[in-house]
Amino acid sequence: MSLFDKKLSELHDLLQKKEISVSDLVDESFQRIQQVEQDVQAFITLDEERAREKAKALDEKLGTDGAEGLLFGMPIGIKDNIVTKGLRTTCASKMLENFDPIYNATVMDKLEAANMVTIGKLNMDEFAMGSSTETSYFKKTRNPWNLDRVPGGSSGGSAAAVASGEVPFALGSDTGGSIRQPAAFCGVVGMKPTYGRVSRYGLVAFASSMDQIGPITRTVEDNAYLLQAISGRDPMDGTSADVEVPDYAAALTGDVKGLKIAVPKEYLGEGVDEEVKQAVHNALKVLEKLGATWEEVTLPHAKYSLAAYYLLSSSEASANLARFDGIRYGYRSPNSKTLMDLYKNTRAEGFGTEVKRRIMFGTYVLSSGNYDAYYKKALKVRTLIKQDFERIFEKYDVIIGPTTPTPAFKFGEKMDDPLKMYTNDIFVIPVNLAGVPAISVPCGFAGGLPVGLQIIGKHFDETTVYRAAHAFEQATDFHKQKPQL
Amino acid sequence: MANVTKEQVENIAHVARIAITNEEAAEYAKEFSDILAYAGQLNEVDTENVPPTTHVIDLKNVMREDIPEKGLSQEEVIKNAPDHLYGQIKVPSIID
Repeated sequence: MSLFDKKLSELHDLLQKKEISVSDLVDESFQRIQQVEQDVQAFITLDEERAREKAKALDEKLGTDGAEGLLFGMPIGIKDNIVTKGLRTTCASKMLENFDPIYNATVMDKLEAANMVTIGKLNMDEFAMGSSTETSYFKKTRNPWNLDRVPGGSSGGSAAAVASGEVPFALGSDTGGSIRQPAAFCGVVGMKPTYGRVSRYGLVAFASSMDQIGPITRTVEDNAYLLQAISGRDPMDGTSADVEVPDYAAALTGDVKGLKIAVPKEYLGEGVDEEVKQAVHNALKVLEKLGATWEEVTLPHAKYSLAAYYLLSSSEASANLARFDGIRYGYRSPNSKTLMDLYKNTRAEGFGTEVKRRIMFGTYVLSSGNYDAYYKKALKVRTLIKQDFERIFEKYDVIIGPTTPTPAFKFGEKMDDPLKMYTNDIFVIPVNLAGVPAISVPCGFAGGLPVGLQIIGKHFDETTVYRAAHAFEQATDFHKQKPQL
Repeated sequence: MANVTKEQVENIAHVARIAITNEEAAEYAKEFSDILAYAGQLNEVDTENVPPTTHVIDLKNVMREDIPEKGLSQEEVIKNAPDHLYGQIKVPSIID
Protein backbone atom coordinates (compact mmCIF):
# COMPACT_ATOMS: atom_id res chain seq x y z
CA MET A 1 0.00 0.00 0.00
CA SER A 2 1.23 3.46 -0.88
CA LEU A 3 1.48 6.18 1.74
CA PHE A 4 -0.69 8.24 -0.60
CA ASP A 5 -3.59 5.81 -0.08
CA LYS A 6 -3.86 7.15 3.45
CA LYS A 7 -6.03 10.08 4.40
CA LEU A 8 -4.40 13.47 4.96
CA SER A 9 -5.23 13.38 8.68
CA GLU A 10 -3.60 9.93 9.02
CA LEU A 11 -0.44 11.09 7.25
CA HIS A 12 -0.35 14.11 9.52
CA ASP A 13 -0.68 11.90 12.63
CA LEU A 14 2.10 9.62 11.40
CA LEU A 15 4.33 12.67 10.95
CA GLN A 16 3.48 14.01 14.42
CA LYS A 17 4.25 10.65 15.99
CA LYS A 18 7.51 10.51 13.99
CA GLU A 19 6.45 7.18 12.49
CA ILE A 20 7.15 8.64 9.06
CA SER A 21 9.26 11.59 7.97
CA VAL A 22 8.80 14.24 5.30
CA SER A 23 11.67 12.51 3.48
CA ASP A 24 9.56 9.33 3.39
CA LEU A 25 6.72 11.25 1.72
CA VAL A 26 9.07 12.81 -0.83
CA ASP A 27 10.68 9.38 -1.45
CA GLU A 28 7.24 7.96 -2.07
CA SER A 29 6.65 10.57 -4.78
CA PHE A 30 9.93 9.98 -6.57
CA GLN A 31 9.61 6.20 -6.31
CA ARG A 32 6.16 6.31 -7.83
CA ILE A 33 7.43 8.66 -10.55
CA GLN A 34 10.21 6.18 -11.24
CA GLN A 35 7.58 3.42 -11.61
CA VAL A 36 4.90 5.06 -13.73
CA GLU A 37 6.20 8.26 -15.29
CA GLN A 38 7.36 6.53 -18.47
CA ASP A 39 3.72 5.59 -19.10
CA VAL A 40 2.00 8.69 -17.75
CA GLN A 41 4.44 11.47 -18.79
CA ALA A 42 2.91 14.04 -16.44
CA PHE A 43 6.01 16.09 -15.60
CA ILE A 44 7.99 18.51 -17.76
CA THR A 45 10.62 19.23 -15.08
CA LEU A 46 11.44 17.42 -11.82
CA ASP A 47 12.98 19.33 -8.91
CA GLU A 48 14.37 16.31 -7.07
CA GLU A 49 17.49 17.76 -5.52
CA ARG A 50 15.77 20.77 -4.01
CA ALA A 51 12.78 18.66 -2.94
CA ARG A 52 15.01 16.29 -0.99
CA GLU A 53 16.88 19.19 0.63
CA LYS A 54 13.61 20.79 1.57
CA ALA A 55 12.38 17.50 3.03
CA LYS A 56 15.50 17.27 5.20
CA ALA A 57 15.02 20.83 6.45
CA LEU A 58 11.36 20.12 7.24
CA ASP A 59 12.31 16.92 9.07
CA GLU A 60 14.57 19.01 11.33
CA LYS A 61 11.70 21.40 11.92
CA LEU A 62 9.44 18.43 12.65
CA GLY A 63 11.92 17.26 15.30
CA THR A 64 11.91 20.59 17.11
CA ASP A 65 8.49 22.19 16.50
CA GLY A 66 6.31 19.33 15.19
CA ALA A 67 4.22 19.43 12.03
CA GLU A 68 2.43 22.75 11.90
CA GLY A 69 -0.71 22.53 9.79
CA LEU A 70 -2.13 19.56 7.93
CA LEU A 71 -0.26 20.34 4.70
CA PHE A 72 3.14 20.22 6.46
CA GLY A 73 5.57 18.12 4.45
CA MET A 74 3.08 17.16 1.75
CA PRO A 75 4.49 16.78 -1.80
CA ILE A 76 2.86 18.88 -4.52
CA GLY A 77 3.19 19.22 -8.30
CA ILE A 78 2.75 22.59 -10.00
CA LYS A 79 1.28 23.31 -13.43
CA ASP A 80 4.03 24.74 -15.59
CA ASN A 81 2.35 28.11 -16.15
CA ILE A 82 2.85 29.13 -12.50
CA VAL A 83 6.24 30.80 -12.08
CA THR A 84 8.66 29.19 -9.65
CA LYS A 85 11.83 31.04 -8.68
CA GLY A 86 14.90 29.17 -9.86
CA LEU A 87 12.81 26.36 -11.38
CA ARG A 88 12.26 26.38 -15.13
CA THR A 89 8.75 27.47 -16.12
CA THR A 90 7.89 26.65 -19.74
CA CYS A 91 4.10 26.93 -20.23
CA ALA A 92 4.75 23.77 -22.30
CA SER A 93 6.04 26.06 -25.07
CA LYS A 94 9.23 26.23 -27.08
CA MET A 95 8.91 29.98 -26.44
CA LEU A 96 9.81 29.48 -22.75
CA GLU A 97 11.85 26.28 -23.01
CA ASN A 98 14.71 27.79 -20.99
CA PHE A 99 12.85 30.38 -18.94
CA ASP A 100 14.19 30.57 -15.37
CA PRO A 101 11.86 32.85 -13.33
CA ILE A 102 13.40 35.44 -11.04
CA TYR A 103 10.41 35.52 -8.71
CA ASN A 104 7.75 33.26 -7.22
CA ALA A 105 4.04 33.37 -7.94
CA THR A 106 2.10 34.39 -4.81
CA VAL A 107 0.64 30.88 -4.55
CA MET A 108 4.19 29.47 -4.42
CA ASP A 109 5.06 31.72 -1.47
CA LYS A 110 1.88 30.52 0.21
CA LEU A 111 2.76 26.85 -0.34
CA GLU A 112 6.19 27.62 1.09
CA ALA A 113 4.51 29.14 4.16
CA ALA A 114 2.39 25.98 4.48
CA ASN A 115 5.65 23.93 4.40
CA MET A 116 4.70 21.93 1.31
CA VAL A 117 7.38 20.37 -0.92
CA THR A 118 7.41 21.09 -4.66
CA ILE A 119 8.20 17.92 -6.61
CA GLY A 120 8.23 19.40 -10.12
CA LYS A 121 6.40 21.17 -12.93
CA LEU A 122 3.52 19.54 -14.73
CA ASN A 123 2.67 19.21 -18.39
CA MET A 124 -0.20 21.18 -19.95
CA ASP A 125 -1.52 22.43 -23.25
CA GLU A 126 0.79 25.14 -24.59
CA PHE A 127 -0.03 28.39 -22.73
CA ALA A 128 -3.11 26.53 -21.36
CA MET A 129 -4.80 26.58 -24.77
CA GLY A 130 -6.39 23.20 -25.31
CA SER A 131 -8.53 20.46 -23.78
CA SER A 132 -6.29 17.41 -24.10
CA THR A 133 -2.69 18.45 -23.22
CA GLU A 134 -1.84 17.42 -26.80
CA THR A 135 -0.68 20.93 -27.74
CA SER A 136 2.29 20.70 -25.33
CA TYR A 137 5.61 21.31 -27.12
CA PHE A 138 7.33 18.68 -24.96
CA LYS A 139 5.27 15.53 -24.56
CA LYS A 140 1.88 13.85 -24.54
CA THR A 141 0.57 13.06 -21.09
CA ARG A 142 -1.50 9.88 -21.01
CA ASN A 143 -4.64 9.12 -19.04
CA PRO A 144 -3.68 6.76 -16.18
CA TRP A 145 -7.00 4.90 -16.61
CA ASN A 146 -6.33 4.11 -20.26
CA LEU A 147 -3.02 5.02 -21.85
CA ASP A 148 -4.63 5.39 -25.30
CA ARG A 149 -6.76 8.27 -24.01
CA VAL A 150 -5.99 11.91 -23.30
CA PRO A 151 -5.88 13.13 -19.68
CA GLY A 152 -7.92 16.21 -20.62
CA GLY A 153 -6.55 19.70 -20.47
CA SER A 154 -5.18 22.09 -20.17
CA SER A 155 -4.09 20.96 -16.66
CA GLY A 156 -3.68 17.36 -17.93
CA GLY A 157 -0.32 16.81 -16.22
CA SER A 158 -1.71 17.96 -12.86
CA ALA A 159 -4.72 15.62 -13.01
CA ALA A 160 -2.72 12.63 -14.33
CA ALA A 161 0.00 13.04 -11.67
CA VAL A 162 -2.57 12.97 -8.85
CA ALA A 163 -4.57 10.12 -10.40
CA SER A 164 -1.48 7.95 -10.83
CA GLY A 165 -0.29 8.55 -7.26
CA GLU A 166 2.85 10.48 -8.20
CA VAL A 167 1.80 13.37 -5.96
CA PRO A 168 -1.18 13.70 -3.60
CA PHE A 169 -1.59 17.40 -4.42
CA ALA A 170 -1.30 19.58 -7.53
CA LEU A 171 -2.10 23.09 -8.66
CA GLY A 172 -3.76 23.74 -11.99
CA SER A 173 -5.32 26.76 -13.67
CA ASP A 174 -8.80 27.08 -15.17
CA THR A 175 -9.75 29.65 -17.84
CA GLY A 176 -12.40 27.59 -19.63
CA GLY A 177 -12.58 24.34 -17.68
CA SER A 178 -8.87 23.51 -17.53
CA ILE A 179 -8.98 22.21 -13.94
CA ARG A 180 -12.40 20.53 -13.90
CA GLN A 181 -12.32 18.79 -17.29
CA PRO A 182 -8.98 16.94 -16.71
CA ALA A 183 -10.02 16.18 -13.11
CA ALA A 184 -13.17 14.53 -14.52
CA PHE A 185 -11.22 12.60 -17.17
CA CYS A 186 -8.67 11.32 -14.63
CA GLY A 187 -11.07 10.58 -11.75
CA VAL A 188 -9.76 13.15 -9.26
CA VAL A 189 -11.11 16.25 -7.48
CA GLY A 190 -10.57 19.63 -9.17
CA MET A 191 -11.80 23.02 -7.97
CA LYS A 192 -12.01 26.29 -9.91
CA PRO A 193 -12.47 28.90 -7.20
CA THR A 194 -14.48 32.12 -7.60
CA TYR A 195 -12.71 34.61 -9.87
CA GLY A 196 -10.65 36.77 -7.49
CA ARG A 197 -10.39 34.17 -4.71
CA VAL A 198 -6.77 33.23 -5.50
CA SER A 199 -4.05 35.66 -6.57
CA ARG A 200 -3.05 35.42 -10.23
CA TYR A 201 0.32 37.07 -9.58
CA GLY A 202 2.85 34.82 -11.27
CA LEU A 203 0.31 32.86 -13.30
CA VAL A 204 1.34 33.37 -16.92
CA ALA A 205 -1.70 35.19 -18.32
CA PHE A 206 -3.96 33.64 -20.98
CA ALA A 207 -7.36 35.36 -20.58
CA SER A 208 -7.02 37.60 -17.54
CA SER A 209 -10.74 38.14 -16.92
CA MET A 210 -11.24 34.38 -16.46
CA ASP A 211 -7.89 32.80 -15.42
CA GLN A 212 -7.94 31.31 -11.93
CA ILE A 213 -5.55 28.97 -10.07
CA GLY A 214 -7.04 26.04 -8.14
CA PRO A 215 -6.28 22.70 -6.45
CA ILE A 216 -6.39 19.20 -7.97
CA THR A 217 -6.40 16.49 -5.30
CA ARG A 218 -7.38 12.92 -4.33
CA THR A 219 -10.24 13.95 -2.06
CA VAL A 220 -12.55 16.88 -1.33
CA GLU A 221 -10.97 17.29 2.10
CA ASP A 222 -7.46 17.62 0.63
CA ASN A 223 -8.86 20.10 -1.86
CA ALA A 224 -10.44 22.29 0.82
CA TYR A 225 -7.20 22.45 2.82
CA LEU A 226 -5.14 23.37 -0.23
CA LEU A 227 -7.55 26.09 -1.36
CA GLN A 228 -7.50 27.45 2.20
CA ALA A 229 -3.72 27.77 1.97
CA ILE A 230 -3.63 29.66 -1.36
CA SER A 231 -6.69 31.94 -1.05
CA GLY A 232 -6.87 35.59 -0.15
CA ARG A 233 -6.33 39.15 -1.24
CA ASP A 234 -2.90 39.93 -2.66
CA PRO A 235 -1.61 43.46 -3.18
CA MET A 236 0.26 42.17 -6.26
CA ASP A 237 -3.03 41.25 -8.02
CA GLY A 238 -5.51 44.12 -8.26
CA THR A 239 -8.28 41.68 -9.21
CA SER A 240 -7.83 39.48 -6.15
CA ALA A 241 -10.87 40.07 -3.97
CA ASP A 242 -10.88 41.64 -0.55
CA VAL A 243 -13.32 39.03 0.76
CA GLU A 244 -12.86 37.04 3.94
CA VAL A 245 -11.69 33.45 3.42
CA PRO A 246 -13.90 31.12 5.48
CA ASP A 247 -12.75 27.90 7.14
CA TYR A 248 -13.52 25.49 4.29
CA ALA A 249 -12.73 22.34 6.27
CA ALA A 250 -15.38 23.30 8.86
CA ALA A 251 -17.97 22.85 6.11
CA LEU A 252 -17.09 19.19 5.62
CA THR A 253 -19.80 17.86 7.91
CA GLY A 254 -21.45 15.37 5.57
CA ASP A 255 -24.74 17.13 6.22
CA VAL A 256 -26.68 18.28 3.14
CA LYS A 257 -30.18 18.14 4.63
CA GLY A 258 -32.31 20.81 3.00
CA LEU A 259 -29.71 21.60 0.30
CA LYS A 260 -31.52 22.91 -2.77
CA ILE A 261 -30.04 21.65 -6.03
CA ALA A 262 -30.78 22.97 -9.52
CA VAL A 263 -30.20 20.66 -12.49
CA PRO A 264 -30.08 22.50 -15.84
CA LYS A 265 -31.93 20.50 -18.47
CA GLU A 266 -29.33 21.66 -21.03
CA TYR A 267 -26.73 19.66 -19.10
CA LEU A 268 -28.47 16.31 -19.56
CA GLY A 269 -29.74 16.71 -23.09
CA GLU A 270 -28.57 15.81 -26.55
CA GLY A 271 -24.93 14.91 -27.11
CA VAL A 272 -24.38 13.63 -23.57
CA ASP A 273 -23.15 10.04 -23.27
CA GLU A 274 -25.86 7.73 -21.83
CA GLU A 275 -23.56 6.31 -19.15
CA VAL A 276 -22.56 9.84 -18.14
CA LYS A 277 -26.24 10.78 -17.78
CA GLN A 278 -26.85 7.66 -15.72
CA ALA A 279 -23.92 8.45 -13.42
CA VAL A 280 -25.28 11.96 -12.80
CA HIS A 281 -28.81 10.66 -12.12
CA ASN A 282 -27.36 8.15 -9.66
CA ALA A 283 -25.44 10.95 -7.96
CA LEU A 284 -28.63 12.99 -7.59
CA LYS A 285 -30.28 9.96 -5.95
CA VAL A 286 -27.40 9.72 -3.48
CA LEU A 287 -27.76 13.38 -2.57
CA GLU A 288 -31.54 12.99 -2.29
CA LYS A 289 -31.08 10.14 0.14
CA LEU A 290 -28.87 12.43 2.23
CA GLY A 291 -31.71 14.93 2.49
CA ALA A 292 -31.09 17.27 -0.44
CA THR A 293 -33.78 18.10 -3.00
CA TRP A 294 -33.41 18.83 -6.70
CA GLU A 295 -35.43 20.41 -9.47
CA GLU A 296 -34.90 20.89 -13.15
CA VAL A 297 -34.05 24.43 -14.26
CA THR A 298 -32.93 26.09 -17.47
CA LEU A 299 -29.81 28.07 -18.39
CA PRO A 300 -31.24 29.57 -21.60
CA HIS A 301 -28.00 31.28 -22.70
CA ALA A 302 -25.62 28.41 -21.87
CA LYS A 303 -25.56 27.28 -25.50
CA TYR A 304 -23.95 30.59 -26.48
CA SER A 305 -21.13 30.20 -23.95
CA LEU A 306 -18.71 28.48 -26.26
CA ALA A 307 -18.91 31.16 -28.95
CA ALA A 308 -18.69 34.01 -26.43
CA TYR A 309 -15.83 32.33 -24.60
CA TYR A 310 -13.84 31.71 -27.75
CA LEU A 311 -14.19 35.32 -28.91
CA LEU A 312 -13.32 36.78 -25.50
CA SER A 313 -10.51 34.43 -24.48
CA SER A 314 -8.78 34.72 -27.86
CA SER A 315 -9.05 38.50 -27.74
CA GLU A 316 -7.49 38.65 -24.28
CA ALA A 317 -4.83 36.13 -25.29
CA SER A 318 -3.81 38.17 -28.33
CA ALA A 319 -2.99 41.07 -26.02
CA ASN A 320 -1.43 39.00 -23.21
CA LEU A 321 0.89 37.03 -25.47
CA ALA A 322 2.22 40.15 -27.22
CA ARG A 323 4.93 40.20 -24.53
CA PHE A 324 6.66 37.17 -26.08
CA ASP A 325 8.74 39.02 -28.63
CA GLY A 326 12.19 37.45 -28.30
CA ILE A 327 13.75 40.49 -26.67
CA ARG A 328 13.73 40.32 -22.87
CA TYR A 329 13.21 36.61 -22.27
CA GLY A 330 12.26 33.41 -24.02
CA TYR A 331 13.07 32.04 -27.44
CA ARG A 332 14.67 34.27 -30.10
CA SER A 333 14.83 33.24 -33.74
CA PRO A 334 18.51 33.09 -34.79
CA ASN A 335 17.92 34.13 -38.42
CA SER A 336 16.71 37.71 -38.47
CA LYS A 337 18.31 40.78 -40.03
CA THR A 338 15.81 43.40 -38.89
CA LEU A 339 13.87 43.93 -35.68
CA MET A 340 10.56 43.30 -37.48
CA ASP A 341 11.86 40.00 -38.82
CA LEU A 342 13.08 39.09 -35.37
CA TYR A 343 9.59 39.60 -33.89
CA LYS A 344 7.84 37.73 -36.67
CA ASN A 345 10.23 34.79 -36.91
CA THR A 346 10.51 34.44 -33.14
CA ARG A 347 6.75 34.21 -32.77
CA ALA A 348 6.33 31.98 -35.82
CA GLU A 349 8.95 29.51 -34.55
CA GLY A 350 8.34 29.85 -30.80
CA PHE A 351 4.57 29.33 -30.70
CA GLY A 352 2.69 26.15 -31.69
CA THR A 353 -0.26 25.99 -34.09
CA GLU A 354 -3.10 26.35 -31.57
CA VAL A 355 -1.48 29.33 -29.83
CA LYS A 356 -0.89 31.11 -33.14
CA ARG A 357 -4.46 30.34 -34.22
CA ARG A 358 -5.86 31.99 -31.10
CA ILE A 359 -3.54 35.01 -31.15
CA MET A 360 -4.41 35.69 -34.78
CA PHE A 361 -8.12 35.07 -34.28
CA GLY A 362 -8.12 37.40 -31.25
CA THR A 363 -6.27 40.04 -33.26
CA TYR A 364 -8.94 39.75 -35.94
CA VAL A 365 -11.79 40.04 -33.42
CA LEU A 366 -10.28 43.17 -31.86
CA SER A 367 -9.50 44.91 -35.14
CA SER A 368 -11.58 47.95 -36.07
CA GLY A 369 -14.78 47.01 -37.82
CA ASN A 370 -15.02 43.73 -35.93
CA TYR A 371 -14.77 45.01 -32.36
CA ASP A 372 -18.46 45.91 -31.93
CA ALA A 373 -19.82 43.03 -34.00
CA TYR A 374 -17.88 40.32 -32.18
CA TYR A 375 -16.04 41.44 -29.06
CA LYS A 376 -18.68 43.75 -27.63
CA LYS A 377 -21.48 41.39 -28.63
CA ALA A 378 -19.74 38.57 -26.74
CA LEU A 379 -19.37 40.78 -23.65
CA LYS A 380 -23.11 41.45 -23.70
CA VAL A 381 -23.96 37.77 -24.08
CA ARG A 382 -21.63 37.17 -21.16
CA THR A 383 -23.87 39.46 -19.06
CA LEU A 384 -26.90 37.34 -19.96
CA ILE A 385 -25.07 34.12 -19.05
CA LYS A 386 -24.07 35.60 -15.71
CA GLN A 387 -27.69 36.66 -15.10
CA ASP A 388 -28.90 33.10 -15.86
CA PHE A 389 -26.76 31.90 -12.96
CA GLU A 390 -27.81 34.72 -10.64
CA ARG A 391 -31.48 33.95 -11.30
CA ILE A 392 -31.01 30.29 -10.40
CA PHE A 393 -29.02 31.10 -7.28
CA GLU A 394 -31.90 33.21 -5.95
CA LYS A 395 -33.74 29.93 -5.34
CA TYR A 396 -31.08 27.21 -5.19
CA ASP A 397 -27.83 26.58 -3.30
CA VAL A 398 -25.89 24.73 -5.99
CA ILE A 399 -26.19 23.72 -9.65
CA ILE A 400 -25.29 20.13 -10.54
CA GLY A 401 -24.60 18.36 -13.83
CA PRO A 402 -21.90 16.39 -15.60
CA THR A 403 -18.47 18.05 -15.91
CA THR A 404 -18.10 16.85 -19.51
CA PRO A 405 -20.53 15.33 -22.04
CA THR A 406 -18.30 12.27 -22.59
CA PRO A 407 -15.43 10.54 -20.79
CA ALA A 408 -11.80 10.91 -21.98
CA PHE A 409 -11.37 10.66 -25.76
CA LYS A 410 -8.56 9.10 -27.79
CA PHE A 411 -5.38 10.87 -28.88
CA GLY A 412 -5.77 12.70 -32.17
CA GLU A 413 -9.55 12.26 -32.15
CA LYS A 414 -10.29 15.98 -32.07
CA MET A 415 -6.98 17.56 -32.99
CA ASP A 416 -7.81 18.23 -36.63
CA ASP A 417 -11.07 20.06 -35.89
CA PRO A 418 -10.81 22.98 -33.44
CA LEU A 419 -14.60 23.35 -33.12
CA LYS A 420 -15.01 19.68 -32.19
CA MET A 421 -12.31 20.03 -29.54
CA TYR A 422 -13.95 23.11 -28.04
CA THR A 423 -17.41 21.51 -27.70
CA ASN A 424 -16.01 19.16 -25.08
CA ASP A 425 -15.92 22.18 -22.74
CA ILE A 426 -19.57 23.11 -23.19
CA PHE A 427 -20.53 22.52 -19.51
CA VAL A 428 -17.43 23.98 -17.88
CA ILE A 429 -17.14 27.23 -19.83
CA PRO A 430 -20.30 29.04 -18.62
CA VAL A 431 -18.81 28.91 -15.12
CA ASN A 432 -15.75 30.93 -16.18
CA LEU A 433 -17.86 33.49 -18.01
CA ALA A 434 -19.95 33.99 -14.85
CA GLY A 435 -16.93 33.87 -12.50
CA VAL A 436 -18.60 31.46 -10.05
CA PRO A 437 -16.81 28.56 -8.28
CA ALA A 438 -17.23 24.93 -9.37
CA ILE A 439 -15.76 21.56 -8.48
CA SER A 440 -15.53 18.25 -10.33
CA VAL A 441 -15.73 15.08 -8.21
CA PRO A 442 -15.65 11.44 -9.40
CA CYS A 443 -19.21 10.07 -9.74
CA GLY A 444 -18.90 6.83 -11.70
CA PHE A 445 -17.50 5.24 -14.82
CA ALA A 446 -18.47 5.13 -18.49
CA GLY A 447 -16.81 2.43 -20.56
CA GLY A 448 -14.26 1.95 -17.78
CA LEU A 449 -13.33 5.65 -17.76
CA PRO A 450 -14.04 8.06 -14.89
CA VAL A 451 -17.02 10.45 -15.01
CA GLY A 452 -17.00 13.79 -13.20
CA LEU A 453 -19.89 15.45 -11.36
CA GLN A 454 -19.78 19.24 -11.56
CA ILE A 455 -21.10 21.20 -8.58
CA ILE A 456 -21.40 24.95 -9.17
CA GLY A 457 -21.89 27.53 -6.38
CA LYS A 458 -22.57 31.21 -5.83
CA HIS A 459 -19.79 33.80 -6.01
CA PHE A 460 -17.43 33.27 -3.05
CA ASP A 461 -19.50 30.36 -1.73
CA GLU A 462 -16.92 27.60 -2.17
CA THR A 463 -18.03 26.46 1.30
CA THR A 464 -21.40 25.12 0.08
CA VAL A 465 -19.75 23.56 -2.98
CA TYR A 466 -17.29 21.71 -0.72
CA ARG A 467 -20.06 20.68 1.69
CA ALA A 468 -22.11 19.08 -1.11
CA ALA A 469 -19.05 17.51 -2.78
CA HIS A 470 -17.77 16.07 0.48
CA ALA A 471 -21.15 14.61 1.49
CA PHE A 472 -21.44 12.94 -1.90
CA GLU A 473 -17.88 11.63 -1.75
CA GLN A 474 -18.34 10.16 1.72
CA ALA A 475 -21.50 8.37 0.62
CA THR A 476 -19.77 6.77 -2.40
CA ASP A 477 -16.46 5.06 -3.07
CA PHE A 478 -15.55 6.31 -6.54
CA HIS A 479 -12.67 8.37 -5.13
CA LYS A 480 -11.17 5.20 -3.63
CA GLN A 481 -10.86 3.46 -6.98
CA LYS A 482 -7.41 3.75 -8.53
CA PRO A 483 -6.17 3.11 -12.06
CA GLN A 484 -4.05 -0.01 -12.59
CA LEU A 485 -0.62 1.08 -13.77
CA MET B 1 -21.76 35.52 -43.07
CA ALA B 2 -18.27 36.80 -42.56
CA ASN B 3 -15.82 35.22 -44.92
CA VAL B 4 -12.20 35.80 -44.00
CA THR B 5 -9.89 36.16 -46.99
CA LYS B 6 -6.26 35.12 -47.32
CA GLU B 7 -5.30 38.80 -47.66
CA GLN B 8 -7.05 39.63 -44.39
CA VAL B 9 -5.19 36.81 -42.65
CA GLU B 10 -1.87 38.13 -43.98
CA ASN B 11 -2.72 41.55 -42.61
CA ILE B 12 -3.67 40.10 -39.20
CA ALA B 13 -0.44 38.09 -39.13
CA HIS B 14 1.53 41.30 -39.71
CA VAL B 15 -0.33 43.11 -36.93
CA ALA B 16 0.17 40.12 -34.60
CA ARG B 17 3.86 39.96 -35.63
CA ILE B 18 3.75 36.33 -36.75
CA ALA B 19 5.43 35.20 -39.96
CA ILE B 20 3.17 32.85 -41.93
CA THR B 21 3.48 31.00 -45.22
CA ASN B 22 1.06 31.15 -48.14
CA GLU B 23 -0.40 27.77 -47.27
CA GLU B 24 -0.87 28.73 -43.62
CA ALA B 25 -2.68 31.92 -44.65
CA ALA B 26 -5.12 29.92 -46.76
CA GLU B 27 -5.67 27.42 -43.96
CA TYR B 28 -6.25 30.10 -41.30
CA ALA B 29 -8.67 31.89 -43.66
CA LYS B 30 -10.81 28.77 -43.84
CA GLU B 31 -10.61 28.05 -40.11
CA PHE B 32 -11.48 31.61 -39.13
CA SER B 33 -14.43 31.63 -41.53
CA ASP B 34 -15.70 28.42 -39.90
CA ILE B 35 -15.25 29.73 -36.37
CA LEU B 36 -16.94 33.04 -37.24
CA ALA B 37 -19.82 31.16 -38.84
CA TYR B 38 -20.18 29.29 -35.55
CA ALA B 39 -19.92 32.55 -33.56
CA GLY B 40 -22.65 34.00 -35.77
CA GLN B 41 -25.18 32.27 -33.49
CA LEU B 42 -24.65 35.13 -31.04
CA ASN B 43 -26.68 37.30 -33.40
CA GLU B 44 -29.77 35.28 -32.42
CA VAL B 45 -29.51 36.87 -28.96
CA ASP B 46 -31.24 40.19 -28.36
CA THR B 47 -28.68 42.34 -26.53
CA GLU B 48 -30.35 45.66 -27.20
CA ASN B 49 -30.27 47.05 -23.64
CA VAL B 50 -27.76 44.66 -22.14
CA PRO B 51 -24.60 46.19 -20.64
CA PRO B 52 -21.30 44.44 -21.48
CA THR B 53 -19.48 42.48 -18.74
CA THR B 54 -15.73 42.95 -18.99
CA HIS B 55 -15.21 41.78 -15.44
CA VAL B 56 -17.33 39.44 -13.35
CA ILE B 57 -16.52 40.85 -9.93
CA ASP B 58 -17.64 44.39 -9.23
CA LEU B 59 -14.29 46.12 -9.00
CA LYS B 60 -13.63 49.83 -8.82
CA ASN B 61 -10.20 51.28 -9.48
CA VAL B 62 -7.79 49.60 -7.11
CA MET B 63 -5.50 52.23 -5.60
CA ARG B 64 -2.48 51.99 -3.34
CA GLU B 65 0.07 54.31 -1.79
CA ASP B 66 2.95 55.10 -4.13
CA ILE B 67 5.85 53.95 -2.00
CA PRO B 68 9.22 53.54 -3.72
CA GLU B 69 10.66 50.06 -3.45
CA LYS B 70 13.88 48.52 -4.63
CA GLY B 71 13.51 47.18 -8.19
CA LEU B 72 15.23 44.28 -9.91
CA SER B 73 19.00 44.18 -10.23
CA GLN B 74 20.55 44.51 -13.69
CA GLU B 75 21.72 40.92 -13.38
CA GLU B 76 18.17 39.70 -12.77
CA VAL B 77 16.74 41.75 -15.62
CA ILE B 78 19.11 40.31 -18.23
CA LYS B 79 19.13 36.80 -16.75
CA ASN B 80 16.63 35.46 -19.30
CA ALA B 81 17.47 37.77 -22.20
CA PRO B 82 18.43 35.69 -25.25
CA ASP B 83 21.25 38.07 -26.22
CA HIS B 84 23.02 40.68 -24.12
CA LEU B 85 26.30 42.55 -23.88
CA TYR B 86 27.77 44.71 -21.08
CA GLY B 87 24.54 44.36 -19.11
CA GLN B 88 22.42 45.59 -22.02
CA ILE B 89 19.90 43.62 -24.07
CA LYS B 90 21.05 43.26 -27.70
CA VAL B 91 18.68 43.56 -30.67
CA PRO B 92 19.27 43.82 -34.44
CA SER B 93 19.83 47.34 -35.75
CA ILE B 94 16.63 49.38 -35.88
CA ILE B 95 17.88 52.13 -38.22
CA ASP B 96 19.60 51.25 -41.52
